[in-house]
Amino acid sequence: MSSDNQHVTTAQTKTREARMGEGVDDRFNSRLREVLGSMPFILTKFDKFMNWVRGSSMFVLQFGIACCSIEMIHTYAVKHDLDRFGSGIPRASPRQADLIIVPGTIVSKFAPRMKRVYDQMPEPKFVVGMGNCTAAGGPFQEGYNVVKGAEEVIPVDIHVPGCPPRPEALIYGVVKLQERVANGESSPVVVKPYELEEFSDLPRDEVVEKLADQIDEDDLVMRYNWRNSP
Amino acid sequence: MSLEESQRGVGVTEDGDLDYDELEDLLGEKVLAREEHLNAEGFVIRPDDVQDVLSTLKERAGFDHLSLLTAQEYLDRYESIYHMKKYDDPTQEVSVVVPTDKENPVSESAEPVFRTADWHEREAYDLVGIEYEDHPDLRRILLPETWQGHPLSLDYDQDKPQIVPLREHANPLQPDHKDAESDTMFLNVGPHHPATHGVLHLETVLDGEQVVDVDPDIGYLHRCEEQMCQNGTYRHQIMPYPDRWDYVSAGLLNEWSYARTAESLADIDVPEYAQVLRTLGAELCRIASHLLALGTFALDVYGDFNVIWQYAFRDREVVLNILEDLTGQRMMFNYFRLGGVVWDIPEPREEWFEKIRDFLDELPGKLAEYHDLVTGNEIYQIRCVDTGVLEPEVAKEYGVTGPAARASGIDYDLRRDDPYGYYDELDWDVVTDDGCDNFARVMVRFKEVEESAKIISQCVDLLEDWPEDERTIQANVPRTLKPEPDTEVYEAVEAAKGELGIYIRSDGTDKPARFKIRSPCFSNLQSLPEMAEGELLADLIAALGSIDIVLGEVDR
Repeated sequence: MSSDNQHVTTAQTKTREARMGEGVDDRFNSRLREVLGSMPFILTKFDKFMNWVRGSSMFVLQFGIACCSIEMIHTYAVKHDLDRFGSGIPRASPRQADLIIVPGTIVSKFAPRMKRVYDQMPEPKFVVGMGNCTAAGGPFQEGYNVVKGAEEVIPVDIHVPGCPPRPEALIYGVVKLQERVANGESSPVVVKPYELEEFSDLPRDEVVEKLADQIDEDDLVMRYNWRNSP
Repeated sequence: MSLEESQRGVGVTEDGDLDYDELEDLLGEKVLAREEHLNAEGFVIRPDDVQDVLSTLKERAGFDHLSLLTAQEYLDRYESIYHMKKYDDPTQEVSVVVPTDKENPVSESAEPVFRTADWHEREAYDLVGIEYEDHPDLRRILLPETWQGHPLSLDYDQDKPQIVPLREHANPLQPDHKDAESDTMFLNVGPHHPATHGVLHLETVLDGEQVVDVDPDIGYLHRCEEQMCQNGTYRHQIMPYPDRWDYVSAGLLNEWSYARTAESLADIDVPEYAQVLRTLGAELCRIASHLLALGTFALDVYGDFNVIWQYAFRDREVVLNILEDLTGQRMMFNYFRLGGVVWDIPEPREEWFEKIRDFLDELPGKLAEYHDLVTGNEIYQIRCVDTGVLEPEVAKEYGVTGPAARASGIDYDLRRDDPYGYYDELDWDVVTDDGCDNFARVMVRFKEVEESAKIISQCVDLLEDWPEDERTIQANVPRTLKPEPDTEVYEAVEAAKGELGIYIRSDGTDKPARFKIRSPCFSNLQSLPEMAEGELLADLIAALGSIDIVLGEVDR
């Protein structure tokens, strides 16, 4: 550590001694301290600081749906290595995740589950929609069972188009999101026509009447109005 | 068994061809009529004779492989077609056609004869609406239980609203799931779980750490692939979809299944040069697919094998680069066309060949490294040897194909047994293993990577010496294909996971009237309970990883 001594000016040493007492080892001097000089603290807005922290290190939910998840794995793996940008550690539990990448087609059976997983993530949480299916249903848009985009169910911050997007494109999307989070700019688009609601809250119509003996009053359900879908 | 009684079996001529007249005699008056399909002849039977006919064909004539069940609705009737084959010789096929009336579409279930009919009939009920009598558990399989209507039936209204409940998955600690006497516990694995390789839900009942019962709940990725293909025109609009069934970079293998079926339907010959290109590309895909299977399996059985997963993806990147040079895409290639491929090898050709040669040169060293790390590893061996056992007889009951079947000692590979492409001109071997366990399944994939490398290297040699003026990449195919109305065909190829087949019925327009996909993963996954029940929970995960399913193909 003695070699570091030459970087430390007398003024800095004096300030440090005033603060911490004499004879404190030099190893307490960090690069950051050197940059800051004799200033023992940084002045910034708390929000700005928090945004910077959030954007610099994001935990991604380990969440695979379809084809795009294979390219997502390639993005995590060697060569592309998303971790270089501070967001490459997939967490298996939604309780530990800040970011959910939605990699694939969402179908009627899965949408309520995805909504539940999203709800389980702690605030603040961010969403990257990967691929055309999460934008509008992609090549399966006309399918009887396909939800026309992730935004029908959860709010999406960044859309990465492609079928599937290349790893480079996904990295661009995630880094763009990090940038926006760090600048405090992230404001997701909120469309969400499909919400989970209690069965008894649905308007009584033909379908509800038919299913009344199969579903309990307080069961959570998702009602798809395909006619109004884009 | 008649096959053992006489050398050729009932219904087989001395040349080894099928004699449908003899088969008809065998079934007697149960045959109401005969139908001509392009791949085989069909026997029309009454809906209450299904079990009789199928078991006669299975026991007496040796048709031990129920490959696929196609259900469809006509204007005047419903129809179930059982496509049967022999594991010994898949070119010997027969279809059993079961029409049922429109008002009361009830047909006898084939489940007591073939276990695999269980899921196939559930799917037919779910999507088309035919009911199967005697079926042990006839409920929806791909769509949510509360779905209204059958989407592939003729009068289905797609705009009708639907309600899907989010039933709280049963809480394992709730007392009502705990039987006081047996002390079992109910456990959900999935649909969002790292070890299920996608969105699969396993409803598991445990006794201590032992699996008592496991029921795969699928349909979380049912993307209406069959409907999409029925809405597309033969010539160009269908080819992009097969890429997305088995999306683990097995795209070209899947495209080949459609190409083969449609070429057989429209009677198109593919130039030899294009066949070599197809073979080369398909085997590259097989390597990429098997590498992913190996990497994720290592990750499943022992967490610290993360490094193997990273290695596998490193090597996959090399393969994907080569494929990208050829096709222009990393995953969704859309490279095949009916009658050939879309374009030739990228210029300069030598550079591309060099790239492949480099990869092939490094491959043996890399495989040795994998063997050191994986198959030679003691912990790995303890996890895999003698766990997830699938006996060959059981595998045949479930219609298991591909590496999973070959690891149970079933010598069945369509590339050799029902040759297509350029495979029969090349020198390579079908890999089998008698281990029947998780270890054998992984070993078979390792060895298949070596065999694929052999095929690729021969293809490269061939392509290098191919005369420049004979490089025809596409046959002459009409701009619009309109096959004769009511032509039916079922063809299959050996994809990365097994026998991937397609049934098409034409109706005289430029779009198929019925497009049915035979997914190998669908059948293979159905055998999971046989491998996992009675074993430890951790072995269930290993067994699931070793059959290497892709949910895009299971659910379609």
